[in-house]
Amino acid sequence: MSNLDAFRTEVREWLEANCPAEMREPVRDEDDICWGGRKFKFKNAAQKAWLDACVAKGYTVPDWPKPYGGAGLTPEQTKILKQEMKRIKARSPLDSFGIWMLGPALLQFGTEEQKVHYLNPIARGEIRWCQGYSEPGSGSDLVSLQTFGEDKGDHWVVNGSKIWTSYADKADWIFCLVRTDKTNKYQGITFMLFDMESPGVTTKPILLISGNSPFCETFFDDLKVPKDQFVGEINRGWDVAKYLLGHEREMISGGGAGGDMVSIGGAFAKSFGKNAAGELDDPILRAEMAAFDVDVFAYRAMGERFMDMWKTGRAHPASSNMMKYVGTELNKRRHELVMSGGGSEALEWDSEETKGGARARGWLRTKANSIEGGTSEVMLNVIAKRILDLPGA
Amino acid sequence: MPLYHNDDQAMLKDSVAPFVAEQAPVSHLRKLRDTADATGFSRDLWAQFTEMGLPGMLVPEAHGGLGMGHMEAGIVLEEIGRNLTPSPFLATSVGAVAALAKAGGTQAGRWLPAIASGEAIIALAIDEGAKHRPDRIATTATRAGNGFRLDGKKSFVLHGHVADMSIVAAKTDGGITLFAVPKDAKGVTADPRRLVDSSLASHVTLDGVEVDADAVIGEVDAGGEILDALLAATRTGAAAEMVGVGQGAMDMTVNYLKERKQFGKLIGEFQGLQHRAAHLYGEMEVARATVMKAQQLLDEGSEGAKLMVSVAKAKAGRAANLAVREGVQMHGGIGMTDEYDIGLYMKRDRALAEYMGDVHYHIDQVARMNGY
Repeated sequence: MSNLDAFRTEVREWLEANCPAEMREPVRDEDDICWGGRKFKFKNAAQKAWLDACVAKGYTVPDWPKPYGGAGLTPEQTKILKQEMKRIKARSPLDSFGIWMLGPALLQFGTEEQKVHYLNPIARGEIRWCQGYSEPGSGSDLVSLQTFGEDKGDHWVVNGSKIWTSYADKADWIFCLVRTDKTNKYQGITFMLFDMESPGVTTKPILLISGNSPFCETFFDDLKVPKDQFVGEINRGWDVAKYLLGHEREMISGGGAGGDMVSIGGAFAKSFGKNAAGELDDPILRAEMAAFDVDVFAYRAMGERFMDMWKTGRAHPASSNMMKYVGTELNKRRHELVMSGGGSEALEWDSEETKGGARARGWLRTKANSIEGGTSEVMLNVIAKRILDLPGA
Repeated sequence: MPLYHNDDQAMLKDSVAPFVAEQAPVSHLRKLRDTADATGFSRDLWAQFTEMGLPGMLVPEAHGGLGMGHMEAGIVLEEIGRNLTPSPFLATSVGAVAALAKAGGTQAGRWLPAIASGEAIIALAIDEGAKHRPDRIATTATRAGNGFRLDGKKSFVLHGHVADMSIVAAKTDGGITLFAVPKDAKGVTADPRRLVDSSLASHVTLDGVEVDADAVIGEVDAGGEILDALLAATRTGAAAEMVGVGQGAMDMTVNYLKERKQFGKLIGEFQGLQHRAAHLYGEMEVARATVMKAQQLLDEGSEGAKLMVSVAKAKAGRAANLAVREGVQMHGGIGMTDEYDIGLYMKRDRALAEYMGDVHYHIDQVARMNGY
């Protein structure tokens, strides 16, 4: 038996002993997701037990080094753990922007002291982070951001506002892009970290077309940030931000962008009804769903090829932009078809039968896919410039 | 298996790509067209293919071939597509070989070595009407004496007028049976038509054609499976060739965007064109990955191959079609001239799109395979 086989056996036994039955049920509602943090209320004992078990083993961040709260697993071992969790349909023990975004930035740019100090509470689900990037006047043109930190010797005084801060009202800390030099566009931004409970920070949830408010406006009024709370170098925060955006697109490209990658027609055929020939009983919808399925299966192959090439350094560094563009446009199309297939039932906004208008709200939510993390139009600009090498782009 | 070419496959590409580009670039197609060539391809070029071992790539080693897979054949087909090279490679070395290798027996022993040695050109007589409907084959094979009597009409038979043997799909009492019908068989007439892409495809009439019992490829009534193997291989191959056609058209077009000036600017500076070119890039990359996945599944003998083959033929069809349409449009007026090559890409794409099931046929297949 190889080491990896032995590891798989060990993981399987550990999961069997530690993953509660309730945590092997599909996620139904937002509160089934464990986000951790100071304000988080566990839905039930099983959710807490599952988190505690994973924290003790380092499995909330299995590939992080042990001194930072991880399990120090190799990429092969991490893949096995994920496969085994998927096999028993185990829920993610902890979802967090700290794990997905700040963690990779700190691992790349942080000092040893910062890694130990910030990563462990992320791994344990004690501190929940949010991301302060976009501003009302700086969306796609992020580098034009105006939130300013005035140098006061041992601290900065920060004034300005951020928008689309995911779950800012629920987060404990924020990683935030702040201008610290008004004369230098790219090399005048610092990647700061601060507590959301600091005096001068206020948040206001934004009601979206889905009726939900996952995003906030966040305001900073004479907020004091100690001068040691930044990542990388002062005025070089754009390097960290760019790295994180690349990481985000890579993560999205790794499977998230295309949404649920299964046959849409196959799923609908069960509820929609078929004609005598065994075909979906609406020839035009059937044709559109089938054309969509072709694109889904094709994108699945693309995802596999992209990851195979990315992991071995064969992919074009900008190809994650193509993956993000194609995948998010695909997911929007899926949800248009979900609504067409659902007919008037899918229009219901709060009925119990529709799980509180899940289809309608989900459909509206997907419209952000091609806006957040870089719009489709920006992705196309990047492809034109960096891959096709078109002039003046 | 990762979804990119391994070292051996990359080496194959490195030898095939310059070979096809030098020996059979688009000017080679023009020459055949402008001299009203009656064969449909160059036998000299086929002899060069044979020197490189290409006709027998998929032929098992026991029959004198190289025993390679669809991934390797796809490398050759992509270059054929990129250069619009007229060639019997797809029908003979991919489609026919897949059927004969699957069936084994007398006909495999007779024809596979001849294909590998470059001596035999094989035609695939499957279609019967303007559209590909292999589930509605009307050509009949009735028992007569020691063999069979074939009656029917076939269409879109590439190389049908020059092939040394045609694989004919016919209805028998209990199913479909494939027959190896030799060139000189009595009662066979092939009427070659020049197609939009300058290739030659025949209407083949089978009028009381008598063949021996051993002309059966595989077993009587059991041709369905062999036909499936033939179709899967040929469709995947056509999809690979379309990736080459689309990539060739796209590369030419992106280069043109960097050369042509209007309004005092390179037209590639205009965002209206940049976004369309970038979108096309994404579609072509996805098509390429999809075709590779289909090749990989076929080579592994996977159950999932059939679905992916239809996905690949449909996706490559859509992407290559977008590439040639955008190509002509972005070239502007000169895209409409015979002098520029981009129009030839549009013509070849149209013919390949129709071959062995168009986009709509395969989208419908995908729906059926997913239970709706």
